[in-house]
Formats: sequence, structure tokens, C-alpha cells
Amino acid sequence: MDDTILEMRNITKLFPGVRALNDVTFSVRRGEIHALVGENGAGKSTLMNVLGGVYPHGTYSGQLVFEGAECSFREIHDCERKGIVIIHQELALIPYLSIGENIFLGNERSGGGVIDWDETHRDAARLLELVGLKEGTRTLVKDISVGKQQLVEIAKALGKNVKLLVLDEPTASLNEDDSEHLLRLLVDLKAKGMTSILISHKLNEIVEVADTITIIRDGATIETLCKGRDEIDEDRIIKGMVGRELVDRFPKRTPRIGEVAFEVRDWTAYNPLNPERKAVNGVGIKVRKGEVVGLAGLMGAGRTELAMSIFGRSYGLNVSGQAFKDGRPIELKGIRQTIDQGISYATEDRKTAGLNLIGDIRENITIAALAKVARSSVIDRDREAGVAEEYRAKLNIKSTSIRQKTGNLSGGNQQKVVLSKWIFTAPDVLILDEPTRGIDVGAKYEIYTIINKLADEGKSVIFISSELPEVLGVCDRIYVMNEGRIVGEFERGEATQEGIMKCIMQSVGEGGNGKL
Amino acid sequence: MGSFREFLRNNVRQYAMLIALLCIMLFFQVATEGVLLVPMNVTNLVLQNAYVFILAIGMTLTILTGGNIDLSVGSIVAFVGALAGTFVITMKMSVGAGIALSLLAGLGIGVWQAFWIAYVRLPSFIVTLAGQLVFRGLTVFMLKGLTIGPFPESFQMISSGFVPDLIGGEESELNLLALAAGAAVAALYILAQLRQRVYRRRNGYESTPVPIFAGGLVLVTGVIALASYWLASYRGLPIIFIIIGALIVAYSFFTSRTVPGRYLYAMGGNEKAAQLSGINTNKVLFFAYVNMGVMAAVAGIAVSSRLNASSPLAGQNFELDAIAACFIGGASATGGIGTIVGAIIGALVMGVLNNGMSIMGIGSDIQMVVKGLVLLAAVAFDVLSKRKAR
Repeated sequence: MDDTILEMRNITKLFPGVRALNDVTFSVRRGEIHALVGENGAGKSTLMNVLGGVYPHGTYSGQLVFEGAECSFREIHDCERKGIVIIHQELALIPYLSIGENIFLGNERSGGGVIDWDETHRDAARLLELVGLKEGTRTLVKDISVGKQQLVEIAKALGKNVKLLVLDEPTASLNEDDSEHLLRLLVDLKAKGMTSILISHKLNEIVEVADTITIIRDGATIETLCKGRDEIDEDRIIKGMVGRELVDRFPKRTPRIGEVAFEVRDWTAYNPLNPERKAVNGVGIKVRKGEVVGLAGLMGAGRTELAMSIFGRSYGLNVSGQAFKDGRPIELKGIRQTIDQGISYATEDRKTAGLNLIGDIRENITIAALAKVARSSVIDRDREAGVAEEYRAKLNIKSTSIRQKTGNLSGGNQQKVVLSKWIFTAPDVLILDEPTRGIDVGAKYEIYTIINKLADEGKSVIFISSELPEVLGVCDRIYVMNEGRIVGEFERGEATQEGIMKCIMQSVGEGGNGKL
Repeated sequence: MGSFREFLRNNVRQYAMLIALLCIMLFFQVATEGVLLVPMNVTNLVLQNAYVFILAIGMTLTILTGGNIDLSVGSIVAFVGALAGTFVITMKMSVGAGIALSLLAGLGIGVWQAFWIAYVRLPSFIVTLAGQLVFRGLTVFMLKGLTIGPFPESFQMISSGFVPDLIGGEESELNLLALAAGAAVAALYILAQLRQRVYRRRNGYESTPVPIFAGGLVLVTGVIALASYWLASYRGLPIIFIIIGALIVAYSFFTSRTVPGRYLYAMGGNEKAAQLSGINTNKVLFFAYVNMGVMAAVAGIAVSSRLNASSPLAGQNFELDAIAACFIGGASATGGIGTIVGAIIGALVMGVLNNGMSIMGIGSDIQMVVKGLVLLAAVAFDVLSKRKAR
């Protein structure tokens, strides 16, 4: 059966000075899960914006054929009326409205302009059952997890009689359980005849659920792989995405590990929203000079909470425990004091907590250590520019100049600015929280290289990541965290994905102290 | 040539308001048949708008921290004016002591409001709205609804006095001291610029292209020369002019070149990121509002000196003039963007509009309409040009 639901032919989209899409042809069969992959900036989002009517008909060239009829969408509404719904990475839900209200937002169950609340909630409940979400329809969206919010988005799309569902990075901020549930739901919907397009950086998910994979690179379709016809595995996809064989996804390093540089013992912090609960529970970890230590665990395991409570108590109530640097006990009272003692922390969310997006590269790099480019509080702007240029070159931050606003950089380059900022504080211990989230394969490789270089210089790195292959590829030693406790520890050679997952699963609900 | 064009592109928005100001001045120069730029009128324009300059400097700092405005400054101006009148006229204190106590009161008011805003974290809008009512009420209470005056001559000098011409003497046609001061300022400016250039050359840092550098020197020197000539051909150097000039230089330096100044921008750009970079943002916000209190007190003294009286009605709507000046000058309503010089240009735009329309005999009703539309147009231009740049 070769029933094509969507065909985009010879799509070319120009931006001033850039050919964002170059003669792209993309076709989707009815009832399949079609994955669209490519590095950041390859043109995936642009293509979906053409499909979704964000760029109206006429601003691009080429044809868009949906269910056999040529379409010329002028706005997003036109495209939704035809049954195409795009769920963007940043969810479009209103936090202070209920689930039911959100599901029918813009598509209200009403008669003569008056909303029928009974019908709204009845239909919403039906849709929630369809997506497998056990929540009341009157619960406020702000009170449910991101994973559940994602399901509400899908329910909202189903409420519009969707024929083609487009999901942009749906699992980027979900933990493994929620991701799995979501992917299973996609497969279920497929069985009921739904067609979906899945954009994702998580190649393992794509290999698992996609029937067809289209790879985009530099604004052009490179190839389309079909399950059953072509051999599909992660390395094969990566090769298409980057245009070369990635011999090794992780750069090699010969560790030279020295003395213990930093250690915390019996570290405990309470959840500020729920002061009864320990977010971090009696944790003891140590990191040596020249060592990269991983913190593995599911989302919500308490890794970020641990890191932030160490980093000048920027998280948690009643933080207690002892910290030692080079064997001597130290106090970590405030963020400034912690930075000054040689401990730095790069946050997990670079946009909301890592960068001043309206500030330029130069300002962002120096802000955490301004004293180093100032004399008695007066900034030497030339010295500052020199520092920024140095890091721009050293970390290969692709930008027009050091005066470019960080908000206009790609994710990978933003992350390099964040790293520059913290490396410039000259830390002995650097905690990196999800440093590669949402950035493409090439930029990830560069970040790993930077981490290796830091370790070679004798610095200690604590590496937090939810992607197990990455933790295994980068770290010399791995702590496994769950429910606020350390539940396992692996040396480089003995760690496997299965071993770590087993460790997490066995520890669920154990409570008590984190013994191995 | 490439770098020249890039330089222009990067700085064009910064100069847009300056160009707009020059256009407005040109328009009124023609419309008032040359009265606008008559030396006497230029001097008056500065004297009349002294309070806007002073308040806009303080307001720039609070807006930078995150779009926080201060609605109470008009009332603080009146309250500090009333205090100065009570100290100097009613209690017959010396002028120096009266001014010192008044400034101290401004500091106290700043600390009071800054405490609620920075540490209790009440919205600045609410705290300063409350302040607007409280300090207006206290002013009327203290003055019992009456205007008191006149002030001793030395107090009046602050806003209406001129520096005596020590060089040319009373007889001289042109005020030679004003000319000498202008020359000195221009020389200092050129010297500083050259020193920076040499320093950059020596350390291998990038410096501005030669035509821009030379053009900039000529332009700034020209403006200084023109300004000092204007002042010299009327009555010389107004004392308040020196005060404002010193404040502009000091606060420009503070915001653009010092570590605490940079913290203002960092906080307005992303408060959470600033906190996690080791910046105590409560302290930054606290400082901005304490400073605003002091600046409002300075303006209060300047205004009561100019009125030569303490009036319960002084300072009404001053906060709006200052806020408008900042936004016309390119400050962002969400913080993190804005400069002192921008705010001064904004204040000049408002001042020239006021003054020009008054000379043309346009009523205050129409003046308000025009000023409102100019504010709207300036901010719309800023927002739209940013959207395009993206």
C-alpha cells in the first residue's frame, strides 16, 4: 500500500543571506511514524514551519500536497483545519487553566458563543483516557509534570480530529518512563490509523518506533531510510546527519587521576516546596584531580538538587553535611564564596538560568569572574574583550563577533559560552549539569573534547547527564542516584547501561541510607 | 571599509535617537524663527529641565534592574523641598546644614522603599505607588497646605546662579570662564581618547577605525565648543549645569565601566543567571532604589531652589517625565538595556518639545498630546527595529 498523505515537493525557503531549505522533497505515507532527523540548524524546524503555515504560502517556493490536494496555508489555523497539528517543543499550554480548558482552547465546546462546561469536561475525560493520562480534567496544568503536559498536548490535538500529528522533540524533557509511555502511545495511535512525524535527537527512540526516517542536512534531504528495506541503526543515522562516519562518538582520553580534590559527606537537603521530604538524602561523593565523575539517574533523582545544594546552597532547605576540598573542611555558604573556593556549577537550563540572552558573548563570559578583568571595581574593557576573544577561539564559539547577543546563537554555541564563563572562573571542581541537552551531535563532540581537556589539566569534573551512553562514554567513574540517594558506584570498565538501570530499579522505594 | 560599515550597523540604533533629537531641534529652530537656539533660551532650557536630567539618571538604574520604575519620585521631590524649606526658612538653619539634612532624608526614604522592594520583594510598582501617596501626604501635612519662602540667596544660587567670570571679569562681552571650561573639557576628552587608543595599540586590542575615531573627536569637540559658546554669550556657566554634568559623567562611568554597574545589566538581563553567577541581586536592587531616593532629594533641592519656595504642589508628574525620558532614550521595559546618555537624550527630546512648543504659543493641552505620541512613537520604533534585526 502506497497511500501518500503528505507530499512536500521541491521546497525552497530563503532567509536574508541564507538558503534555509534547498529543494527539499519529503513525503509521508498514511499510517506511519515518520522520523525527521538532522543536526540543529539543518532545517527541520523550518520545514515544519512551512508545513504548519508559520511561513505563509508565497514566502517559499515549491508545492505542498496534503491528501491529494495542493494546499496554500496562510496561517496556522488553515493548516489545523485540514487536520495537521504541530506540537512544538515549548508546550503551548496555559498553566493556570485546567486540563479540560486547555484541551479545548481555541476549539471550545460551545453553543452560540457560550461554553458548555459539562460537554468540555466529558469530552476531555474521553480524550485523556485515549492518551492514557490518569488525571482529573479540572486539575490545573501547572500542577502536573512535563510528561503529563505532553500527553495533554496530544489529547488537545486529538480533540481537533487530527490526521497528521507532528511532534517536535517531544521527549527532550521527559524521563525514561514518560518517554516510553509517549512512544508507546504513538505506536498505539498508529495502530488506529494515525500518521505522525517525529522530530527527535534521541536516535535510540527513533530506531525503536519509526517506520521511515528522513535525514536532513544543510537544508537538503540527504536520504530516506525505510524499516525492513534498509538497515537502520544509530551509527547509520549519525553518518547521514553529519555526512561522515563518526568513528568514535566520544573522544579518547588517557586519565591521569590524582588525589581526592573534593568530597561531600552525609549531604542532605530538604525540598523547599515540601519541607518534610529530603530531596538529597545523606549523599557522600568524592572526585579526584583529573577525574571525570558521572552522576547517572532518572529525571527527578535528585542530581540537580545535589549539585545546586553544594553550589552555595542555591537549592534546598536546611542543607547539612560536610564538604572537604583537598582534604580540608570548607564552608559553602553562598554562591560567591563557593565560586571563590574553586567550585563552579554550569546549570542544566542554559536559557533560563545560564545566560543573559540579551547580553553579548563578552558580558556573559566574564560575569562570574569580573574581578579578574577589573582593577578596584573598574572594568578594563580591553582586557575583557581579550578574554572573550580568547575563549571564542579556544572553544570554537561560532559567532559574528564577541559582541553578538547570546540569544542569537545556536544551542551548542550557547552552551560553549556557558562553559567559557565557568572555565574563566578557574575552578578546581566543575559541575556540569546536562551540558549536551538539546544540542547536535557535532557540538556534543566538541563539548566532550572540552571536558577531556579540563581533566587533562588536572581539574575535577562532575558530569550530570540523563543519557546513559554519554555517561558511559565520558566518565572515569559513575555514581548512580535515585530518590535523593547514591544507590550505586561503577568504575569505567565495569559500567554498562543494563547494570546502571538495574541498580536504579532495585533501589526504588528502599528508603533509608544510601548503602551500596 | 568593511569594518567601517560594520561599525555603523552595530551602532545605528544607538544614534537613531540622537539623530531624532537633532531633527526635532532643527524643526523648532525653523518653526520658532531661530528663538530656540538663542543663547538665553538654551540656558533656560537646561535650567527648566534640570530635575528631569537628575531623576532620569536615577530612574535608568532602577529600570536596568528589570524594568522597575519609581512612581514616588515626584512626591519625594516635594517632600524634600518641604524639608529644606522647614530647615532653612522656618528653623533658620545654615544652608549647608539644611542641604545635608535634606539629602540624608532622601537617603532614608530610599532605604525605606528599597527595603520593601529588594528584600521583602514587593513589586516596585506597588511600593512606589504607596510612596507617592505617603510622601505627598506628609508634604502637605508638614507645610499645612501652604507655600513657604523665600529662601536665602545662597540657596537660590543652586538653580539660578552662575559661576562668576573669574577670567574676563564682569565687563567682558563673552564669559571667558565658560569658554575656558569648555576648552578644558574638550582637551580632557581628546586626551583620554588618545590615551585609550595608545593603550589599545600597545596591547594589541582592536580599536575603532580611524575615520570613525577622528570623526567622533571632531563631533564631540564641536558640540562642546558650541555649547560653551552659547553659555558664554549669555550669562556664563550655570551652577546646576556643573552639577548635572558631573552626575552624567559619574553615572555613565559607573554603569558602563564598573563591576557593580555591570551587575545592573546582568540582573536585568536574567536575574536567575546573575544569581547563579555569584551576584547578590537583592543588594543590586537595594542599591538602585537607595540611589533613586538620593537623586530624588537632589532634584527636590534643585526644584525648591528654582521655585524659591517649598510648595505642597511641587513635583507633580515628575516621575512620568523621568520614566518617559528613559524609555525614549532606548531603555528596555523589561530591564537589562539602557544607558545614562540615552536617558539624557530622551530628557532633551522632552525638554526641547516643551520649550519649542511653548515659544510657538501652543497650549499645554496640545503639548501633552504631542509628548504622549512622541513617547509611543519612540518605543514603537525601538521595538520594531529590534524585531527586524532578529
